[in-house]
Amino acid sequence: MTVPTQKPARKLSMQQRYSALTHDLDWDPTYVTEEEIYPYTTFEGIKVHDWSKWEDPFRLTVEAYNKYQAEKDRRLYAVLDGFAQSQGQLGLTEARYMNAMKIFLQGIPSGEYQAHRNFSHLARYFNGPGARFASLCQSLDELRHAQTEVHTLSHYNKFFGGMHDWSRMSDRVWYLSVPKSFFDDAGTAGPFEWLIAIGFSFEYLLTNLLFVPFMSGAAFNGDLPTMTFGFSAQSDESRHMTLGLEGIKFMLEQDEDNLPIVQAWLDKWFWRGYRLISLVAGMMDYMLPKRVMSWKEAFELYFEEQMLNGLFKDLEYYGIKPPRHVQWAIDEKEILSHQVYWVLYQYSHAAAFTTTIPDAEDQAWLEEAYPDTWPVFKSVVWDKAQRVVDSGERYFNPGLPQLCQVCQIPMGFTEPGNPLVQCQRHSIYEGERYDFCSDGCQWIFDREPEKYVQAWLPVHQIYQGNCGGPTLPDVAVWYGLEPGDGGEYIGSMDHQDWLAWHAPTIKEG
Amino acid sequence: MSVEAAPRPVGVDIQENEENRAVVEAIEADNDDLTVRHMPGIIRLTKSGQLVINQASIEERLGRPWETHEFQMAMISYFGEFVEWDDDRIVIAWKH
Repeated sequence: MTVPTQKPARKLSMQQRYSALTHDLDWDPTYVTEEEIYPYTTFEGIKVHDWSKWEDPFRLTVEAYNKYQAEKDRRLYAVLDGFAQSQGQLGLTEARYMNAMKIFLQGIPSGEYQAHRNFSHLARYFNGPGARFASLCQSLDELRHAQTEVHTLSHYNKFFGGMHDWSRMSDRVWYLSVPKSFFDDAGTAGPFEWLIAIGFSFEYLLTNLLFVPFMSGAAFNGDLPTMTFGFSAQSDESRHMTLGLEGIKFMLEQDEDNLPIVQAWLDKWFWRGYRLISLVAGMMDYMLPKRVMSWKEAFELYFEEQMLNGLFKDLEYYGIKPPRHVQWAIDEKEILSHQVYWVLYQYSHAAAFTTTIPDAEDQAWLEEAYPDTWPVFKSVVWDKAQRVVDSGERYFNPGLPQLCQVCQIPMGFTEPGNPLVQCQRHSIYEGERYDFCSDGCQWIFDREPEKYVQAWLPVHQIYQGNCGGPTLPDVAVWYGLEPGDGGEYIGSMDHQDWLAWHAPTIKEG
Repeated sequence: MSVEAAPRPVGVDIQENEENRAVVEAIEADNDDLTVRHMPGIIRLTKSGQLVINQASIEERLGRPWETHEFQMAMISYFGEFVEWDDDRIVIAWKH
């Protein structure tokens, strides 16, 4: 018996597979209206004429997505196991390095989870199948990031303070209201604004500043798990950047009336995101015992060179201008990290990380990285802090700081061109005065005061009696802080443990 | 003499590991005037104009089949735009 030989079917090209498995699975509704299925894509004023014009350059399908994400997780978990088995925590540069990871764990996984929720909303409610599928992938990515961040850092929780109650802390602790309010702000906007806020402004414009130098810093400080997690997440990030870029171009190409709306969102979210990652500036320059590059250098490389000289020249074609307050950010690059870390230093008694005065090696590095500004900050701030330490004390600010109504960072930033004069702006809305750290935050408030008057400001909440009680110890308990979580690093529990782990073992001969 | 007229740089950051050495070598071979910068764990490749990643060049160096989707495993970040991502090659450039 002979079997007729059949030619195998020709394999579909990547383009055909993508079309067949995403766009072609969509259908036009007949017994309900499009507005009933997708009720959230018109109220923001964005006009879309043809959703089929949205294409994912990655041309991902469910099958390809699952295959590569599974492989990424396998690689990460192999590293986590190896690190735990080999007692890798002993090989970190110093215990104080872990402070940067504490802030990361307390602030970032809940943000990832927020991103997961909101992208899954887009995956349901965007009208076009291309946009929905790319959003679905990102939603799953963000959930993966939240989970893998927690898994990655859970090993350190066995050995270091401040990592035991990250989800409660992210809801309550003062400096963590900065990332929390950022995501709350974006998540309470409409789907297109969310896409410009997170997909474009955060992921494409700014996320390199968070992950790339930071994860390279982890690699430099013996933190293999964080480095591996970071690279694993960042490989997804490339897709997220693409979704953001595709999103903004799609809106701009669909209708020219979209331009002013998109520009205003871009102006707003650049500044919101930039203020958020100023925490990263402080961590990069002051909290890593070994540094790869300064904040200033990272800003020049990943923002000025790539974005201002690359991306914004491209977007000029559509009439987009660089973000409204970008010059302020450029002017701040020499002083930003000094100011942020000084805030963290003076309030770390109420935090779940420790700080310390930069040691001689740190100071030499800072002097080289910031020859114009470090000497001034050293004499104005750190020499004084050192004199307090020399007298047997440690300076902590006994008061509560005023917070910016928009970014919620304590008001520690200065006037452009004058790093010794604190910047303070205010607006009056319905008879009440609201204060801001910068022109950027004031401009954001003035556009939507009815939104920002609702801000949950940690300091106001303490004064209103909503944070566990009237004294600092009451508030610390409510925050979930335990003894040894915060304060000065030298002599802290982490520091003492570290010295004990590395003490030479004396053998009797 | 106008600097404005020069094509703007695009680039990609690649995770440094054994497999990606073949990827980096292939990109270096296929792109003239590539700038290579090494950072801990990262290789950063930048180039003016457009950057091309060819499946055939990578397969030749790896000695096994390599589909372009796999580039997602290698890449940490990029700047520019994926103007093409097909079975046989990936191209990063600015559209405008």
